[in-house]
Amino acid sequence: MATQFATFVLDGLCFGVEVTQVQEVLRYQEMTRVPLAPDTVHGLINLRGQIVTALDMRACAGLTPRPEGQLPMNVVVRTDDGALSLLVDEIGDVVDVDDTQFEPVPDTLRGRAAETSSGVYKLPSQLLLALDVQKAVRVEAVVSA
Amino acid sequence: MNEAVKEFLIESYENLDRLDLDLVKLEKHPTDGPTLASIFRTIHTIKGTCGFLAFSKLEGVSHVGESLLVKMRDGVLLLDQEITTGLLQMVDVIRRILGHIEATGLEPDEDYSDIIALLTHLNQPREAAPAPAVTEVPAAPLRSPAVMSSSTVSAPAASDQAQVLAPPPDQLAEAAPQTADAVGGEAQDGRKSAVADSSLRIDVGILDKLMNLVGELVLARNQILQFTSQGADAAFVSATQRLNLVTSELQEGVMKTRMQPIGNIWSKFPRVVRDVATLCGKQVRIEMDGKDTELDKTIIEAIKDPLTHIIRNSVDHGIESPEVRVARGKGPEGLLRLRAYHEGGHINIEIVDDGAGIDPNKIRAVALRRGVVTAELAGRMSDQDAVRLIFQPGFSTAEKVSNISGRGVGMDVVKTNIERIGGQVDIHSQVGEGTTIRIKIPLTLAIIPALIVTSAGARYAIPQVNLLELVRLDEGTAATAVERIDDGTFYRLRGNLLPLVWLRRELNLADSDSAGQAVNIVVLKADERRFGLVVDRINDTEEIVVKPLSRQLKSISMYAGATIMGDGAVALILDVLGLAQRARVVSATRGTAHTETAHVASAGVAVSDAGRQTLLVFGVSGGDRMAIPLSQVTRLEEFSGATIEHAGGREVVQYGDEIMPLVSPFGGDCLPSLDEAGGTRRAIVLRHNTGHVAMVVDEIIDIVSERISGQRGRARHGALGSVVIQERVTELVDVDAMLASVGRTTFECVDMATGV
Repeated sequence: MATQFATFVLDGLCFGVEVTQVQEVLRYQEMTRVPLAPDTVHGLINLRGQIVTALDMRACAGLTPRPEGQLPMNVVVRTDDGALSLLVDEIGDVVDVDDTQFEPVPDTLRGRAAETSSGVYKLPSQLLLALDVQKAVRVEAVVSA
Repeated sequence: MNEAVKEFLIESYENLDRLDLDLVKLEKHPTDGPTLASIFRTIHTIKGTCGFLAFSKLEGVSHVGESLLVKMRDGVLLLDQEITTGLLQMVDVIRRILGHIEATGLEPDEDYSDIIALLTHLNQPREAAPAPAVTEVPAAPLRSPAVMSSSTVSAPAASDQAQVLAPPPDQLAEAAPQTADAVGGEAQDGRKSAVADSSLRIDVGILDKLMNLVGELVLARNQILQFTSQGADAAFVSATQRLNLVTSELQEGVMKTRMQPIGNIWSKFPRVVRDVATLCGKQVRIEMDGKDTELDKTIIEAIKDPLTHIIRNSVDHGIESPEVRVARGKGPEGLLRLRAYHEGGHINIEIVDDGAGIDPNKIRAVALRRGVVTAELAGRMSDQDAVRLIFQPGFSTAEKVSNISGRGVGMDVVKTNIERIGGQVDIHSQVGEGTTIRIKIPLTLAIIPALIVTSAGARYAIPQVNLLELVRLDEGTAATAVERIDDGTFYRLRGNLLPLVWLRRELNLADSDSAGQAVNIVVLKADERRFGLVVDRINDTEEIVVKPLSRQLKSISMYAGATIMGDGAVALILDVLGLAQRARVVSATRGTAHTETAHVASAGVAVSDAGRQTLLVFGVSGGDRMAIPLSQVTRLEEFSGATIEHAGGREVVQYGDEIMPLVSPFGGDCLPSLDEAGGTRRAIVLRHNTGHVAMVVDEIIDIVSERISGQRGRARHGALGSVVIQERVTELVDVDAMLASVGRTTFECVDMATGV
């Protein structure tokens, strides 16, 4: 069964979110920092009157922090608790993937990158880590608790 | 027409419309249980309510209907066409009566014996002969004068009394429109009603959404207003002003849709009071003032339980039994008064009883037994504070636990629930005269006035409820007016110590070069404690729309939510209580704040409200002031560097024929180097066991006789607390702790020395 994934890049890795979960993709937005918040929370953005929490996906996936001066993009996803913005390095294409290309997260992959993904799609050119939004958010919640 | 009747009419009209449908449906499926139950419920409700409102005719009609329906519900009778017709006629009659009530407030002066007879007849088993008993119908009562004067209706579709059994249905049907026309004005057939048409039931969800949208509009308006302030053309300005006005009115209007009179929840209380009073064998009268005071629906819901709890408590614990009351010279009947009124964007609710009042000594005793406070603190507490102890968790003074109240979960929950919606609760009690509990709650939660401040380039909103005043210290005065004790900073606000909390520090933001700069202090109140929040800049007050934070941020107690500012940026709303807890101005768990001060009192410094104390005030390195009770001081000495020797890793001097250690007032032996001290050391000599100890100080300042008040628990090691002496913040030396730190080793060393 084919699914569509919206892809994005984080520290050179290719991640993807199911297209149906994505509400919109935005350029860099002005953000209000939240002091004392866990490092995964980058700030709050005003999305047409809605206050949306922006999560730094690099921090969520346990990757190195984004270099100074590089502005992240927003991938706004719908979750059970309303919209959340995922901050990513670059936006990629929307790709069609097939279930035959899927494999669960390899055991050798450890850490938060593994915890936030549901599996890997073997695309011809590269590997696509399928991001499990609920999981990523939940990992986040545990950290902040 | 009173509110209850109006509501009854609206509800009944709605129910009757459904009844028509249900009856027709039931005729097709006579055994349809749910439909039958629904019909039964409707008629039952009407009957019950009109009995309550004293509409006896309506009650009579619905009563026979109900009896008929009971039989059908129980399966004794099966609905047939005849019964359906009878029931539909009954519905029409009920409508007619309702129409008349709506027009005149009274029941029509008609005689409904025919329909009653018809229904009674239908109620008989079919085989039975038509009941002759129904011929005896009561004569129609005389017209009341009110009806005569207020209504020109003269269309009694009255049946003649002789005509006992079922009148032809069409006769009734004809009569109906006629009557309805007459009484209902525009109403065509009794179905339409002015009351029902003028009100509408709306899903709360829609109202919430409207409220949100209005919130957005308010924000957009604020944004546009900012543009006009930057000098725009006249037409734009006037259009903006209109927008401003309309938005404000719209906001008010939408808020109003969510408003409900507090009477809605109060209406339950007479019953609650009666039940509780009966259970405790008391006589209580309840009075209510300000039933029409309106509150946001969510707030009404939130205060319902706390109010019920307070009222139960008042009746159960507050008001005495009739015998006791009479013995005390009061009337046997206790009075419980509820009062609600607006006051500056808030609603005040008072629950006043004229009962026994709360005995502060009893509260102190119970608090002691429960370990809520220490004996010293209980003794020093004012009566007012002692009474407030009932808001402490796990506190219940009920000598025996009744099933009404007194299980130890109570007033603290009330307090927590009220504070959760931004309210405050306080209690005043006079022994023998009664107790007043006052609750202050905001009108609405969605849009609140707030003070906007800036720190480290970001804006924060502080709800105005918590705000007491603003203080600005100019560049010149800031350096001296902000006094330091160890890590803590204080400002003297009209003679009282105000602990300062630096927002930048609490938020882990970079410290600014505060030296030499003006200091802006926002004086806030949290849990009855005052503290000063130091911010970079105070901007303005603004109406803000409170938005919740996402789950990722909920756990940070510093924030109450977020809001969107006029320029579209997001600002965080500070939770003042959370902030105070983080800064330890108030303790995270209530009650421990008191124990700290109790410790101060218990640790040897005899502090009593009446007693003044003579204190020696001195300065220590760093410019701080400290004080020690003069009674503990033996001598003041100065030692030149040459006389100071070292033994056992600490400085000592030969003093008389003993070797006396030099110590710091904070205990320990980390003294400033001798060079800095100018080659000599000033010291206060204290007696310790058999020997002496010299406490090294910078300078001796004064001897004062002070009543010690305004102590703060916050203290570094070696100090009991701080007080204001001669308008300067001064720490009290913890003499016992200091002497203890001198330690055994030194004195072994002293013994050895004397042995030599």
